[in-house]
Amino acid sequence: MSFIATPQFLSFPDALPLKGGGSLRDYTLAYETYGRLNADGSNAVLVCHALNASHHVAGVYEDQPRSEGWWDNMIGPGKPVDTNRFFVIGINNLGSCFGSTGPMHLNAETGEVYGADFPVVTVEDWVNAQALLLDRLGIGQLAAVLGGSLGGMQALSWTLQYPDRVRHAVVVASAPNLTAENIAFNEVARRAIVTDPDFHGGHFYRHGVVPKRGLRIARMIGHITYLSDDVMNEKFGRQLREGLAPRYSTQDIEFQIESYLRYQGDKFSDYFDANTYLLITRALDYFDPALAHGGNLTLALARATARFLLVSFTTDWRFSPARSREIVKALLDNRRDVSYAEIDAPHGHDAFLLDDARYHGVIGAYFNRIAEELGA
Amino acid sequence: MSERTTMDAIARRVPHGARVLDLGCGDGSLLAYLQRERGCTGYGVEIDDANVLACVRRGVNVVQLNLEEGLAMFGDNAFDVVLQIDTLQHLRNTEVMLRETARVGKSGIVAFPNFAHWPNRLSVLRGRMPVTRRLPYQWYDTPNIRVGTFKDFEVLATRNRLRILDAFGLQNGREVRRLPNALAGTAVFHFEHD
Repeated sequence: MSFIATPQFLSFPDALPLKGGGSLRDYTLAYETYGRLNADGSNAVLVCHALNASHHVAGVYEDQPRSEGWWDNMIGPGKPVDTNRFFVIGINNLGSCFGSTGPMHLNAETGEVYGADFPVVTVEDWVNAQALLLDRLGIGQLAAVLGGSLGGMQALSWTLQYPDRVRHAVVVASAPNLTAENIAFNEVARRAIVTDPDFHGGHFYRHGVVPKRGLRIARMIGHITYLSDDVMNEKFGRQLREGLAPRYSTQDIEFQIESYLRYQGDKFSDYFDANTYLLITRALDYFDPALAHGGNLTLALARATARFLLVSFTTDWRFSPARSREIVKALLDNRRDVSYAEIDAPHGHDAFLLDDARYHGVIGAYFNRIAEELGA
Repeated sequence: MSERTTMDAIARRVPHGARVLDLGCGDGSLLAYLQRERGCTGYGVEIDDANVLACVRRGVNVVQLNLEEGLAMFGDNAFDVVLQIDTLQHLRNTEVMLRETARVGKSGIVAFPNFAHWPNRLSVLRGRMPVTRRLPYQWYDTPNIRVGTFKDFEVLATRNRLRILDAFGLQNGREVRRLPNALAGTAVFHFEHD
């Protein structure tokens, strides 16, 4: 049983200029904090979330069984990121569907639900919004920014957008940009949603429907890419759902893996917002800090002054070790302090959310050094 | 090889404030020592999970890589000194690694067990592969897949047009400069490339 977490909200009346043009005003950010900010405000750690997660990073909600935060095995009292020593902040990103302003909310300017009119938000916009929230909490410099996958992209972006505000960046199972194959997976997911007759061009709220079919398929394809072939075979193999003999049907669920994917898709379509899925996968696609430097990541990372820890997982083919090594190389070229651990784990991209003694050992040791540095 | 005196003998050859790459850095103790005592900066390279963890614990920069895959991550002459302490003999691509060591460093320091040390010769004369304090393994379970001597390395270094700045043996923590090929269990070479 973990500790009790309480979501909080802050509203921002001023316009946030967006990278893609335009701005967002009168928005709200949902966030949670764990542990205590020390007297000189030096022990703050920001945790950035990925596609299907939120500000609820750790702990449980009162009277809600099984409501552990998405990274509860990593963050908490006595855990690798120890909330007895650090003040940890989780912030829900703009465009999400878990509390911060998103496409399902009212646009104050039009009095209508945003829907498809919610502006395209980027990793850089999220980082800017996170920085404004930290301003309000009175946090100048972060002891560390930590994130996995898309969260790792935000951590990396922090070191470029606000180099003076980050002492350490911990970037897990991430990449300096998405490859064509990776964008392709996102596009299949988006097409599934957009072509669902219940999508109504993104204004499905008006019609009182949810494009569940599209969301289910989006989740199914995403889920396949988060696992490894080995782990899928070990978990499901060619097992049939019922009995020992195939039924020779083209449309019934025949194999266990089909049943599992459909279950995951159903679950997801019950709580996730279709427009949010489009927005977040687009933020992934657009992230590319090297673009402004002619594709040269070394030049792009010259701005970063933080010390880095990068972690990847050998069987992760969605954010492969080779992509993390590109970041390591660019940091080496810039003579930055960087350590890199390549964890031999079987679970594919999902490994970054799972318990693994080597993985948690390295993260814990790194944060222990940070705490000693701060005297926390 | 991790004895303090051996570490000192190698550390003495690393200039103050040098940028160092330590290939096969183990638990990071040599790098930590160089940072603390000689104001050096740099990185270790390790393949072993426990050693990577030990380096992070010490606050030594470590990059987890398989040296057999080369040093593509590191630029030409990116370091003042590249260390390869008791690493060479574990690598299949010894010559490629030596060239890579020379490429990424302005100079290199290599140390490895000298198989021509007289107790080893004696053992072979008796018909058995040596098992000593320095080479504690049996022939069938040794990680030392490259069996070379002080003199062998001289030949390899010359063939690769490396300039040997200094070469000596180490035995019981002392430098051996007379007949090192026979009298030292460890060979040390400090070299630079053209």
